[in-house]
Amino acid sequence: GGWTRAFAQQRVSEADLLAFQPVGNVTLVHVTDIHAQLMPVWFREPTVNLGVGEAKGVPPHVTGKALLESYKIPAGSPLAYALADVDFEALAKTYGRVGGLDRVATIVQAIRAERGDRVVLLDGGDTWQNSWTSLATKGQDMVDCMALLKPDAMTAHWEFTLGEARVKEIVDSLGFPFLCQNVRESEFQDEVFKGSTVVERGGVKIGIVGQALPYTPIANPRWMIPNWSFGIREKELQAEVDKLRAGGAQLVVLLSHNGFDVDRKLAGRVSGLDVILTGHTHDALPEPLKIGKTLLVASGSHGKFVSRLDLDVRDGTVRDFRYRLIPVLADVIKPDAAMAATIARHRAPHAKMLAEEVGRTETTLYRRGNFNGTLDDVICEALIAERDAEIALSPGFRWGPSLLPGQAITREDVYNATAMTYPAAYRMAMTGARLKEILEDVADNIFNPDPYLQQGGDMVRVGGLAYTIDVGKPIGSRIGDLTLTRTGQPLAADKDYTVAGWASVNEGTEGPAIWDVVFAHLGRKKTVAPTGASTVKIVGA
Amino acid sequence: MSTPAPRPRIRLDKKDAKKGDLVEVKALVSHIMESGQRKDKDGNLIPRKIINKFTCEVNGKVVFACDLEPAVSANPYMQFKFRAEESGKVVLTWIDDDGSKIVGEDQITVS
Amino acid sequence: AVAVLAFGSARPAFAKNDSDDLIKAFTGGKTPTKGKVRLDLPDIAENGNTVPLAFSVESPMTDASHVTDVLIVADGNPRAGVATFHFSPRSGVAEAATRIRLAETQNVIAVAKMNDGSLFMDTRQVKVTIGGCGG
Ligand SMILES: [Mn+2]
Ligand SMILES: [Mn+2]
Repeated sequence: GGWTRAFAQQRVSEADLLAFQPVGNVTLVHVTDIHAQLMPVWFREPTVNLGVGEAKGVPPHVTGKALLESYKIPAGSPLAYALADVDFEALAKTYGRVGGLDRVATIVQAIRAERGDRVVLLDGGDTWQNSWTSLATKGQDMVDCMALLKPDAMTAHWEFTLGEARVKEIVDSLGFPFLCQNVRESEFQDEVFKGSTVVERGGVKIGIVGQALPYTPIANPRWMIPNWSFGIREKELQAEVDKLRAGGAQLVVLLSHNGFDVDRKLAGRVSGLDVILTGHTHDALPEPLKIGKTLLVASGSHGKFVSRLDLDVRDGTVRDFRYRLIPVLADVIKPDAAMAATIARHRAPHAKMLAEEVGRTETTLYRRGNFNGTLDDVICEALIAERDAEIALSPGFRWGPSLLPGQAITREDVYNATAMTYPAAYRMAMTGARLKEILEDVADNIFNPDPYLQQGGDMVRVGGLAYTIDVGKPIGSRIGDLTLTRTGQPLAADKDYTVAGWASVNEGTEGPAIWDVVFAHLGRKKTVAPTGASTVKIVGA
Repeated sequence: MSTPAPRPRIRLDKKDAKKGDLVEVKALVSHIMESGQRKDKDGNLIPRKIINKFTCEVNGKVVFACDLEPAVSANPYMQFKFRAEESGKVVLTWIDDDGSKIVGEDQITVS
Repeated sequence: AVAVLAFGSARPAFAKNDSDDLIKAFTGGKTPTKGKVRLDLPDIAENGNTVPLAFSVESPMTDASHVTDVLIVADGNPRAGVATFHFSPRSGVAEAATRIRLAETQNVIAVAKMNDGSLFMDTRQVKVTIGGCGG
């Protein structure tokens, strides 16, 4: 809002944020995991983002103060605000909201103006879903807005939750390649989409391979994409890279939605990749991480960052590079008029409804982190209250912006944390043993020491339930001390408990949409003030 | 109860081969592969009905065969190779528990 | 918590089925050597009802030296048997792929029999998960 603009502009200018000493003949620009956020948002980074195995204690599994110290980022600087949760509320007042596709457009245009035909713009996916307007238009708002940015290619994950037919319909109209080397027709394993494309920039032939989220049919409903199979497909990826090299590509880029730790492992196993632009796990790193000869770039989420990577490519080798993770401070970067108009056109039919106040919050509401955030606590509380349940389960999505203390909660804020194509809030009986099995299963998808067995995302959020997790243990023995918080009694393995949850991947799940459950709850409570006190005890981290 | 036998889908990676070449075959047939372990809604065991044998003959000589158990997925998929020796018919046969056969054919020219 | 609960493990430590018996019947009681066979399965099953399985066995596939049979078993299904593949020198290579059902996280085992009676094996664990999450 206006009240932060003056502060923010005093501290930093658009020129400061875009300043860059150019190098070489190619500039890669990367955005990823925008999650249909057309407008600027607040976004608090996680406090807890545990790494396991070889990823323990190394980026991106370093958060807060430790992160700022390890990269020597001055406290209170724009980058410190964007990358860490330290002093979040105070810095939010100084620097304001982040993102907004009209601001992203300004940055992309400025880079193109400076670097001309050297620029390649790549979108890492998770672009078309998770706002109300993207749900209401089946992704069309995002498709139309992104078209103005003229990306050279994209890959995907949440896009697939629009279903096979809609994805194909959009891809046919896209005007740029939708790259997914690892998506195959299930029967004979034929390609469904192009695996790679070649562009020439600054005299350099650039091969770009796209990698969709390998575990889409597990993380999201398989019944929505019944004829497609995914997987990492390392061998096929290597063949694709080799084919590009043999065809004269001097630079090969993997536009990846694998998640950071998967890409870290993959970089050491697939040869010939100069750059991996990674996505899905929403990490943002101020510098590329070098694995062998491969540069790993992580560009955050929600339109909060634009990555610029300048490369000096000669004789098929990257001789030099320079990188900047540009924080998109919405009060500092001026919006692009054409993009702003397209955004406004798509929002107009919904704007009044989206702005309606449904409650207020006295504390910061956020989701990011391996375990419950305060925003998840509100959703879990709503599930228990409105669905008359003992226990709530809420998915560990990494998308969903934050809210500041004292702020009105609008319908849009609730949609931004819940809008998706399988929103039914179910209510069912589960035994204590089944609940433990679910927690064990999800925990192994996050904390398995082999990244290829991780699916990204965070631990399923719980309400009404306390437990201890030892992240260093194997599956079946991480979760213990399950307790029903209402009674303080341990869960019994064979006793039934009433559980409410949402985002089930099973076909035919019934119940009201989760956002209606939250609206009803906020309507009754008026004001929420979750403290962030956790019912999860973490050991072995 | 007589439903027409499903038509198998067969793909050879080459129709013309040189003697000694490896030819890859991919084949699919629609079949429920009822495991015999599932129960219907009244709790009665649904009787097993699977494809239990698959063979590939080239010019009458078996080049590949497989015995299938209920753990093979519905619409069983078979992918394998054979060495091209002579031109002729490639005949794939799926044998059902009830003794019925599904037969699919293709042709290979070897030079 | 006062009482320690007797929760069953989420993944009962590979409830043994008849996999050992099937392997014994196939090998005549001999112990296969690790190697020569390479099983290829995904780390995580996208769909337990149809898990892609492929294998290849190192062999010249000549009249003098070739693979005759490959047994595939799964040690966590209600019944271990999956398939038995039969090869001859005319196969050219001992390679095949199919799709299989896996009821839960378990090991898939391939045992290859050569024409001289020697036996080789490989094992791969496949995780079958409940799913649902997402970044
Ligand atoms: Mn994702
Ligand atoms: Mn994402």
